[in-house]
Amino acid sequence: MPDSSFSQIVFGRLTLESFPIHEPILVVTFIVVALLGIALLGAITWFRWWGYLWHEWFTSVDHKRIGVMYMVLGIIMLLRGFADAIMMRLQQAIAFNGSEGYLPSHHFDQIFTAHGVIMIFFVAMPLVTGLMNFVVPLQIGARDVAFPFLNNFSFWMTTAGALLIMASLFIGEFAKTGWLAYPPLSGIDYSPDVGVDYWIWGLQIAGVGTTLSGINLIATIVKMRAPGMAMMKMPVFTWTALCTNVLIVAAFPVLTAVLVLLSLDRYLGMNFFTSGFGGNPMMYVNLIWIWGHPEVYILILPAFGIYSEITATFSGKRLFGYTSMVYATIVITILSYLVWLHHFFTMGSGASVNSFFGITTMIISIPTGAKLFNWLFTMYRGRIRFEEPMMWTVAFMLTFVIGGMTGVMLAVPPADFVLHNSLFLVAHFHNVIIGGVVFGMFAGISYWFPKAFGFRLDPFWGKVSFWFWVGGFYVAFMPLYLLGLMGVTRRLRQFDDPSLQIWFVIAGFGVFLIAIGIAAFLIQIYVSIRDRKKLADLTGDPWNGRTLEWATSSPPPAYNFAFTPVVRDNDAWWDMKQNGYKRPLEGFRPIVMPKNTGAGVILAGFSLVLGFALVWHIWWLAAASFVAVLITAIGHTFNYNRIADFPVAEIERTEAERTRILAGAGVAS
Amino acid sequence: MKLLADKRHPCRDIRSRDMPSYVTGWENRALSVAREEYAAAAVGLCQSEVGTLGRFRILLLLSPLVLLGGCSTVVLAPAGDIAMQQRDILVQSVILMLLIIIPVMVATALFAWRYRSTRTARYEPDWDHSMHLELMIWSVPLLIIICLGAITWAGTHLLDPFRPLDRISSKTPVTEEHEPLVVNVVALDWKWLFIYPQYGVASVNELAAPVDRPIDFRITSSAVMNSFYVPALAGMIYAMPGMKTQLHAVINRPGVYKGISANFSGAGFSGMHFAFHGTNDADFDAWIETAKQAEGTLDRGTYLDLEKPSENVPVRYFAGVDPELFEAIVNMCVDSTKMCMKDMMAIDAEGGLGLAGARNTLPVAAENRRGRGAVFGPRPSYVASIICTTDNPGGLLAKDLPRPGVPPIDTELSLPLLRTSTAAPADQTDS
Amino acid sequence: MRGAAAQQVAEEPVFYLKDEHAHAEGGSTSLGFWIYLMSDCLIFAMLFAAYGVLGRNYAAGPSPQDLFDLPLVAVNTSMLLISSLTNGFAMLAMEKGQVKLTQIWLAITILFGIAFVSIELYEFSHMIAEGATPQRSAFLSSFFTLVGTHGLHVTFGMIWMATLIAQIARHGLIVANRRRMMCLSMFWHFLDIIWIGVFTFVYLMGMLR
Repeated sequence: MPDSSFSQIVFGRLTLESFPIHEPILVVTFIVVALLGIALLGAITWFRWWGYLWHEWFTSVDHKRIGVMYMVLGIIMLLRGFADAIMMRLQQAIAFNGSEGYLPSHHFDQIFTAHGVIMIFFVAMPLVTGLMNFVVPLQIGARDVAFPFLNNFSFWMTTAGALLIMASLFIGEFAKTGWLAYPPLSGIDYSPDVGVDYWIWGLQIAGVGTTLSGINLIATIVKMRAPGMAMMKMPVFTWTALCTNVLIVAAFPVLTAVLVLLSLDRYLGMNFFTSGFGGNPMMYVNLIWIWGHPEVYILILPAFGIYSEITATFSGKRLFGYTSMVYATIVITILSYLVWLHHFFTMGSGASVNSFFGITTMIISIPTGAKLFNWLFTMYRGRIRFEEPMMWTVAFMLTFVIGGMTGVMLAVPPADFVLHNSLFLVAHFHNVIIGGVVFGMFAGISYWFPKAFGFRLDPFWGKVSFWFWVGGFYVAFMPLYLLGLMGVTRRLRQFDDPSLQIWFVIAGFGVFLIAIGIAAFLIQIYVSIRDRKKLADLTGDPWNGRTLEWATSSPPPAYNFAFTPVVRDNDAWWDMKQNGYKRPLEGFRPIVMPKNTGAGVILAGFSLVLGFALVWHIWWLAAASFVAVLITAIGHTFNYNRIADFPVAEIERTEAERTRILAGAGVAS
Repeated sequence: MKLLADKRHPCRDIRSRDMPSYVTGWENRALSVAREEYAAAAVGLCQSEVGTLGRFRILLLLSPLVLLGGCSTVVLAPAGDIAMQQRDILVQSVILMLLIIIPVMVATALFAWRYRSTRTARYEPDWDHSMHLELMIWSVPLLIIICLGAITWAGTHLLDPFRPLDRISSKTPVTEEHEPLVVNVVALDWKWLFIYPQYGVASVNELAAPVDRPIDFRITSSAVMNSFYVPALAGMIYAMPGMKTQLHAVINRPGVYKGISANFSGAGFSGMHFAFHGTNDADFDAWIETAKQAEGTLDRGTYLDLEKPSENVPVRYFAGVDPELFEAIVNMCVDSTKMCMKDMMAIDAEGGLGLAGARNTLPVAAENRRGRGAVFGPRPSYVASIICTTDNPGGLLAKDLPRPGVPPIDTELSLPLLRTSTAAPADQTDS
Repeated sequence: MRGAAAQQVAEEPVFYLKDEHAHAEGGSTSLGFWIYLMSDCLIFAMLFAAYGVLGRNYAAGPSPQDLFDLPLVAVNTSMLLISSLTNGFAMLAMEKGQVKLTQIWLAITILFGIAFVSIELYEFSHMIAEGATPQRSAFLSSFFTLVGTHGLHVTFGMIWMATLIAQIARHGLIVANRRRMMCLSMFWHFLDIIWIGVFTFVYLMGMLR
């Protein structure tokens, strides 16, 4: 590239060669994505949905809509992350006996990096954040989160990060370093291309959203609980959401800082993680895992909360050991900061340091075990209805204990020395993330879907999805445990021991089963929308629920509750149902509600451009979009007119409609 | 072939067919042959190992995973004492945890069945607390973790890779007769370099060691992080640039085992493996002899050539090795115009070289540059060594640069600095 | 407990508020802002940690003794501390409802902030001119990053202050603006505390070694 040529000033290092037009796989993918995209945009235009989407969704500050948008983002990104998984499994299943497979290392290395990054940051995180966003204010009897605009902005920042990562598929390339991009490999000397920069800015932009959303939900839970809801009367999901957001706020700044340091190394040639000028790559590994281990609990704690809600609801029984459940959650939250070194025992920190971190890791299994027992004894002497959410929960309990056991095995340093970075490790964390987080998300989706949309998900396709997911998981990952015990390590592109091939083929078949599970889930959504009349939830309480979100209609009105509920028991709604609660029908008052605003979309849009410009070294664009971000943000602070009264007439109309529906459903109001 | 004489193993025949003699054709053997060897060895060797599992045998039979795996699970059936002990701890931890895992899984299935809504088992919707149960669910896991913690503490200290061995196998302690074999390991992009300082030879992508002799690996990397791992021998340890990690291990059974890098290191990572030959003493001597007859020696210039990225590198030997090379690699000053890390650290401990030292850097030669460098940074560069010549015995840069306000380096400090750098001018051919 | 619950049941349980006590807008703001400050504090903690790990790795280059000019840094520190004081005066003026005086004190705070940032930039440029660039050693990388990040925060604080002066001019000391003043003041004092950490751990301890 000629220096300071016109094209370099205008386009930075973006050239025609940056577009992978010579890569057939990517070209086909691009064409498919482009066609689908055009079809989607065309449909939106044809049906004149732009106005509706913009006013009712994109600019919405309603926590329920933002929660739903998070879920949609997570599910779309799941398809991308899963496509990566299929490609990896296929490559590893065929690259034997001297065969190169079909993916050169240039592709394969990007794919496993993208798979990890996307699944953690843009699938699991949006799903978790989305559920918390949707459920927490309803569960605590609030009308919205503490900072509704910030909530919208957080969502769009997460989306901007996801878009930047997706852009790397067709413009340039993604990182070829593994999902945590250890230097020196991710340093400028060994990864001079745009891949690591995409990784840095994608995560940095999404990280802003995640941190702000964490602050928002903490403030919401601490400040906006309904009267009577003491901390020890909060539903367990709210408790786990609180702990998760505390973890987010206490962990994501660490990621922000370490990404800043890595980008200073890469952009300014500083020497934090290089070796020649006194820098220290081991510091990066420590810092990134100080974020990375709490991140694991950020994902799993809300899932634990979901299982707690579901077990109690579908066993028709109070949650066993509420107090010990809460303390277990808190203990896990604290301990999750004391275990990060178990991700690199093999760095040679010395026996005492290694055993300390090994033992703290094992200690986490005690509160986790206590939780499991609590669910177990919640089922004990219950009346368990095996609807889809409960099926996921039982599958989780059986699967997660295996993942927990292999996790404790890996926590023993001498055992970790032979299993670290092996496929055993890969199987372990998929066991806890799929068996824990993903099952939890599906449980949560099927549990709260009727609340969000007013109709249940189709049970038949739900069961199809369930069985293929669970079966597929075992077929896909049990062989990986075994391969790990055979001394096979991760991220290998080809193999020369033909006796291994059969296991990779089986694992590939498992992924195929999971693919059917995902397809069945999408079909389930389609079928449910089609049959929404038949599946309608008219009562607002389809599962005979226990917590406040079931006290309002499905879907809830914009203001959630016409009157702020008063809480007397952990299972507030159950208590109301048991003790003669009568739905108020008059005496409504106007409700103060935040107004929608487009500032979040615009700010995130400029941030996306800023990230893109920084990746490609288009300095004028970076400067311009930075100034634009600044001006938009300042401009937004000049808007003092952010709330409006929700008129009484509107509330009366909504509530009267609900009365009519309830009467039609044969439920006394 | 002495190691094939042992008739206990039913799978010996397969192995003897595939495995060429150690004595003939070391130098001609292509890597692909070596690969076939350990594939065959992996199939064969485990059959002998099931017997030594001893008391864990029943457990292993219980585990369907292991049954499925047949005999090729090298981690559960290794050939080195350290890996064996690590395997034992692995199995012990599994047994301890199964004490609680199995009851939980059984209870889950049982409760899910027994209390399903279509049956009319006892129903207590408000029962949500029991002190006895709470005590049990916290204390039983706690007890198990206490046991496991004790095993962990002891095991981690006993099996610390930095700790010299005190036993060859469960029956043989290490005595003074056992002089450890020192092997310096360097992870390069993307191949392994093994230097045998006691024998003055080196090899690429092939490692050999006599059985029942302690091996003292000192491990580093030239560029990025890797992980040195021979599953049959011992657990892994990271290989990191500018740092030296250690691994003490011993191989107890002859055979050809697979060695790999277990930490992703870039494009050529998949091809970055080697064969590890556990041999008897005579075969090891023959191996050393073979290496000695190779062409070429490994000096700084050869190393700097070897260090350049290459993939799927065939086995190669060096008849001689610069005795200071490994220390120079660890200190990242094989190119002797670079300042060695230990010198840098010694200078830093004394407070640096002052403002004069600020400009004591040299640009990386164009042909050695891996990338363009940071867009807003200076050209890729390095800290220049303090070059000692006969004209400037006190060190050229340290002495000649003006250092306002800072007293000149005294000789006590500068002399040790020069030790690694003095050999420099002769070897500067390559940089 | 049980008795109280029974009594509640007896006298018709209350399940919702008939008289809504409206959550004041921004009621959670100071808590939220505190949490934000703590998260920002963590970023600084990481930068301090990086400095703690790398701060003595001079890469055979200059060390703090060769570079730092304590009297200059002392002047700089006093600029920031005085700016905190003037910011406090702005808060006092706000409490008394004196719009003009509040704005004047904020403007003076900005001036001290500008002085602080200018001195810092002078120090940086001086060091870079001497060859002690951020790239020269890990010590310098972590030094420039830690001090520079603080300087960037101060700069953003000043932009915020200028914005707030304009907003007070437009709307006066309304509740929303008072809330913003409160947050800004917390932010500014927070930066002071960080700077005291920088001054102690980086400059003073660097010179003492």
